[in-house]
Amino acid sequence: MNIYCFGISHHTANIEVRERFAIPDSALADSLMRLARIRSVDEGVLLSTCNRTEFYIVSPDAQLTVEPLFHDFYGLGEIAELQHLFRLPAVPTVRHLFRVASGLESMVVGETEIFGQVKRAYDAAARSGTTGRILNRLFQKAFQVGKHVRSSTGITRGRVSVGSVAVDLAQQIFGNLAGCKIMILGAGETSERTARSFQSRGAKQLFVSNRSYERAAALAKAMGGRAIRYDDWEEEFRDLDILVSSTAAPHAIVTRAKIEPILRMRRDRPLFIIDLAMPRDVEPAVHDLDGVFVYDLDSLQAIADRTLEARRKELVACDGLIEKHVRDFQVWLNRAAEGAAEVTVLPAGTQGPRT
Amino acid sequence: MSSFDRFWVELALICYVVGFGYSVYSLAANRFLTPRLTFLAICAGFLCTTSFLFDRGHAIGRCPITNRFEVLVFMTWSMVLIYLVIGPTYRLSLMGAFTAPVASALLLLAVSLSPDDLATRKIKVNPWLEAHTSFSMVACGAFALACVAGVMYLVQEQQLKTRQPGSIFFRLPPITALSVANSRLLWLGFTLFTVGLSTGFLIGQQIDWVQAAWSIAVWCVYGGILIARARHAMAAKWVARLSIVAFSLLLSTFWGIRFISDRPSL
Repeated sequence: MNIYCFGISHHTANIEVRERFAIPDSALADSLMRLARIRSVDEGVLLSTCNRTEFYIVSPDAQLTVEPLFHDFYGLGEIAELQHLFRLPAVPTVRHLFRVASGLESMVVGETEIFGQVKRAYDAAARSGTTGRILNRLFQKAFQVGKHVRSSTGITRGRVSVGSVAVDLAQQIFGNLAGCKIMILGAGETSERTARSFQSRGAKQLFVSNRSYERAAALAKAMGGRAIRYDDWEEEFRDLDILVSSTAAPHAIVTRAKIEPILRMRRDRPLFIIDLAMPRDVEPAVHDLDGVFVYDLDSLQAIADRTLEARRKELVACDGLIEKHVRDFQVWLNRAAEGAAEVTVLPAGTQGPRT
Repeated sequence: MSSFDRFWVELALICYVVGFGYSVYSLAANRFLTPRLTFLAICAGFLCTTSFLFDRGHAIGRCPITNRFEVLVFMTWSMVLIYLVIGPTYRLSLMGAFTAPVASALLLLAVSLSPDDLATRKIKVNPWLEAHTSFSMVACGAFALACVAGVMYLVQEQQLKTRQPGSIFFRLPPITALSVANSRLLWLGFTLFTVGLSTGFLIGQQIDWVQAAWSIAVWCVYGGILIARARHAMAAKWVARLSIVAFSLLLSTFWGIRFISDRPSL
C-alpha cells in the first residue's frame, strides 16, 4: 500500500493551467465516484480550491505516476501540462498535507480558509466512502497539526489585505464598530469591498455619498445604509467617526482648511480617514491634526506587507512543529505496515519534489 | 520596623518586577504568551503589600501612613487595587504590563529609604486624620493609574501617527477606551483628593501652610486638566501628557515637601 499526492498548485502553474484541472464543488461527489472506479486507487480525497487541485491517493501500485492516473480520471489523451503537475511519495505527501492544512502552502501564507476547504474535501470523500484507514488517520492528524500550528505560532497573526488592515486599525481606535458612523465617499468597487469588511465586523451606521446619487442610493440600499447627496456630505462630517474615500476626483477633496473648523465641533472624538483613491482624496496635512488619523493605500499596503513578512519569519517555527508530527505519523505508518505487511513507506527524511 | 515587615514589601517588589519582566519578554518575543503570569504576579504583589499594611496597622493601631516608607507602600497598594478593580474593563493584561513597572518603581523607592524615613511616630488616633491620609493616598493611586493610562494612550497615538503599528499596538486597548479610562481615573482621583484635602482642615491641629499650599496646587493642576477636558478645550493627547506631568510633579514634590515625615497630615 502506497501513499501519494498528485496535483497542481499556484506554485507550479498559473491560473489558466490550474482551471483546466479544477473540480467544482457541484461535481465533487461524481468525481470521487470516478476516482474510486480507477483500479490503482484504494483510497482517495480530492482537494480543489482556486489555488490547487490535489489528489491524495492510497494505491497498491508502488510505481504509480501522474500520467495514467490523470488519464483515467480526466479522460485525457496526452497531457500537455505534465510539467506543471507534481507527484509526491508517502512522507513528502504527509508533510505537504500538514503544511497545506496549516496554511503554509497558501498564496497568502497563514490564511485560514484552507483549513475549512481541506475539512470539506475530507468530509465529502468520507461521505462518498473513498477514504479508508490510512487517509482517515492522515486527515485527522492534518487537522490536529493545523490547529497546533495556528495556536502555537504567529502564522495567522495580523491582516494581509488593505481592507482588513483598515478595519483592524478602526477597531484599535474605536473598539466596538457598532456605534461608529461610517461614511463611504465614492460608490465604486473598492469602497463597497471596504464597507463590507466594516459590516462584517459589526458596523451598522453606513452613509454613502457619490457624485451620481443613483449609484450612492444603490450601494446604500445594498449595504442597508443611507445615501447622501454629494453636495451635502460635508454637513454630515461633524458626527462622523470613519471616512472611507475613493472618489475619482483629480484633486484633494478633504483638506486641512475644511476639516479644522469641523474638528472643533466634534467633542474630541477621533476621526479615522481611509483614503483609497488614486490620486489621493485627502490632503496629507490632515494627518497632522490632533485626533485625526489618515491612512492611504500605500500606508495600508505597507502594514499588510509587514504582516506577511512577519508570517514568513514564522515558517521555520511552523516547519519545526510539523516535522515532529510527520515523524509521529511515520511511526504509525511503519506500525501499520508491519501489521498489514503491505504498507510501503519511504525512509524518514525522504524529500519529494517541493511544491 | 521589623525585618519581617520589610520582607513582605521586598517580596511584593519581586512579584511586580517578575510581572513586568514577563510582559516585556512576551512583547519582545512577539509570541502568544499568556498574560496570566503578569496578572498573578500583580495579585501576589498586592497580597504581600496587603499583609504588610495589615500587620503594620495592627501593630500601631491606626492606618499605616506614618512615615515615607508606609506612604509609598500604601500608594502602591491603592494603585494596584484600582487597577484590579478597573483593569478587566480595559483589557487586563496590558494595563498590568504598564502598572507593574510603576508599582516596582514606587516599592524600590520605599525599600531604598534611609532608616530616618522608617521611624514610626507615636500619634494619637484621630478619625479625621485617618480619613484625610487614606483618602489622599488612594487618590494618589488613582492619579498613578491615570498616568499609566496616559502612557498607554500616547503609545497608541504615536503608533497611529507614524503609520507603523507594531505588535504592541494590536494588543493594547483601543485609543478611545484609553482616553475614557484616563479621564475617569482623573475624576476618581480628583474626587478622592478633594475629600482628603477637605478632611485635612478638620483634623483640629495647626495647619502647615507649606504642605497645604502644595496640596492645593496639586488639586488646582488636576482640576484645571479636568475642566479643560470637560469643556473640550484640550485634546485627549494633551490630557494624557498632562496626567503624566502632573503625577511626576506630585511624586517629585512629595520628596521636596516634608510630607508626613515631620507631620502626619498633608
